[in-house]
Amino acid sequence: MAVVGLVVVMSVSTLLGAANLGWTRVVQEVWAQLTGGTSPLTANEAAIVWKVRLPRVVLAGLVGAALAVSGAAFQGVFRNPLADPFLLGAAAGAGMAATIVVVAAPSTTGWIIGPLPLAAFAGAVGGVSLTWVLGRSAGGGTAVLLLAGVAVASFLTAVQTFAQQLNTDTIKQVYSWMLGGLNTTGWREVLITVPYIGLAGIVLCLCARLLDVLAVGDDEAASLGINPGRVRLVVLLAASLATASAVAVSGLIGFVGIVVPHVVRLLAGASYRVVVPLSLVGGAMFLIVADHLARTAFAPAELPIGVITAFTGAPFFMLVLRMNRGQIR
Amino acid sequence: MTALSLRGVSARYGAKVVAADVDVSLEAGSWLAIIGPNGAGKSSLLKAIVGIVAHGGEILVGGTPTSSLSNRERARTIAYAPQTPQLPDRLTVTDYVLLGRTPHLSPLARERRSDLVVVSDVLARLDLSALADRALHTLSGGERQRAVLARVLAQQAGLLLLDEPTTGLDIGHAQALLDLIDRLRYEEGATVVSTLHDLTLSAQYAEQLLLLDEGRVVAAGSPASVLTRENIERHYSAQVEVLKTENGQLVVAPTRQPTTPETATHQS
Repeated sequence: MAVVGLVVVMSVSTLLGAANLGWTRVVQEVWAQLTGGTSPLTANEAAIVWKVRLPRVVLAGLVGAALAVSGAAFQGVFRNPLADPFLLGAAAGAGMAATIVVVAAPSTTGWIIGPLPLAAFAGAVGGVSLTWVLGRSAGGGTAVLLLAGVAVASFLTAVQTFAQQLNTDTIKQVYSWMLGGLNTTGWREVLITVPYIGLAGIVLCLCARLLDVLAVGDDEAASLGINPGRVRLVVLLAASLATASAVAVSGLIGFVGIVVPHVVRLLAGASYRVVVPLSLVGGAMFLIVADHLARTAFAPAELPIGVITAFTGAPFFMLVLRMNRGQIR
Repeated sequence: MTALSLRGVSARYGAKVVAADVDVSLEAGSWLAIIGPNGAGKSSLLKAIVGIVAHGGEILVGGTPTSSLSNRERARTIAYAPQTPQLPDRLTVTDYVLLGRTPHLSPLARERRSDLVVVSDVLARLDLSALADRALHTLSGGERQRAVLARVLAQQAGLLLLDEPTTGLDIGHAQALLDLIDRLRYEEGATVVSTLHDLTLSAQYAEQLLLLDEGRVVAAGSPASVLTRENIERHYSAQVEVLKTENGQLVVAPTRQPTTPETATHQS
């Protein structure tokens, strides 16, 4: 059912857009492509559908899936309902590392794997690790971990700002990316993102049952024959990879990792066996809708997508905070 | 058949030894209660047996040294419930009990039909079927303890290590839970090792007691031989009478020296 929902959302978002092509004509174009018939669209209009809208919808889906599933995974690893790639410093780490690459790296043509995803990945892992170590040394606990995350994220963002101020020639490029957006999307971004998010998604889905085991605490998990430290490491790396890939192509888009897994829990239950795969699908749907609003609400002007997710996500975060009252210490 | 034997077993956290030189042998289907004052090393000894605290000496389960088993193999022979189990709030009883199947599944595999059958059998046996779809945070204290026991049983291990299984239960619920564990010994042939604070209950349910003090075994054997007034006064610093009921069961009753104006003034 969730997958059907995703297909519907993708289709609707592709049919309707800022450029008013008329959805019936877009359907006719798709039909023409499938059957080899003639299309009512001009070549330029067809290009809007196939080279602008569709890759953007697909990338929004990928990024949303990555952010939501890594949110769910971080919540499982840290046994913390408020964990999220942004609150833990993963996204800030990825952002900082990616910015440094943008301002410092020379031309990267000819590289097999661009340095941006690698740097973002290292930054994400570094950010989460720093938060984890800082939180642990300050006594652990949900609230302490989040405060550590806030401190780490602020620090990494400051480093990022510093790096970009030193290099004013790239500042515009970095700024527009930081606000979060999918407006430069083409198939190239989709292609470089798919392997990373795909790999991370598969690993996290395979580990979903083990996240349930982690929820009973390390001693009991170990008594059940698993190695909690190893599970945590694998999940953390996969979730950081997903976060980093999302951040590398779309900048900083907040709250997806909190909103989607919690809605899934309310609708389908708390077992990670359900939460992880449904967060992938739900995250994709959520971000496709958010991106659709971003590009159509004030067309032809475009809102940064991070604004839309924060509008819905921040109040939701407060709701989650209230729902978990008494447990956050 | 010997279900569990400990030979010169010690438990330690880093360099700190919290239990040492423990020797005990346990027949299949029997119940050993580890007793002792707070901080005696009871819980640590259980954790050493299950392999989550470093240990010295030799631990044999059904004749096999646990050191020769992988983590998963060990988890298929020894099940463990900690003193304060963490129950993930919104997880359903079924999903929670299913965690007990973990050692029977390869790490990344999903549960099979047969695992769900085991879980529903266990739920039925512990009278939890009606609560199968309830979230853990909606259960009462007694129901939660039964859910933990169900999780342990779903592991289908022959040896059950239960750390203070009656924590937080009133006397009626405590008795009901211990009766249930007792019944499982007969029905499943399970061997039970538990720690228990309540000396009367430990005398009434376990055939063998192990009294630990400061990490050392100071008395071991039948309840009547271990639960003497001298032993309890010396190792617990408590004033007690050890009584016998009409049907021969031991009762450890605290006796109180009432505070009088004289003793109160004397102490201040």
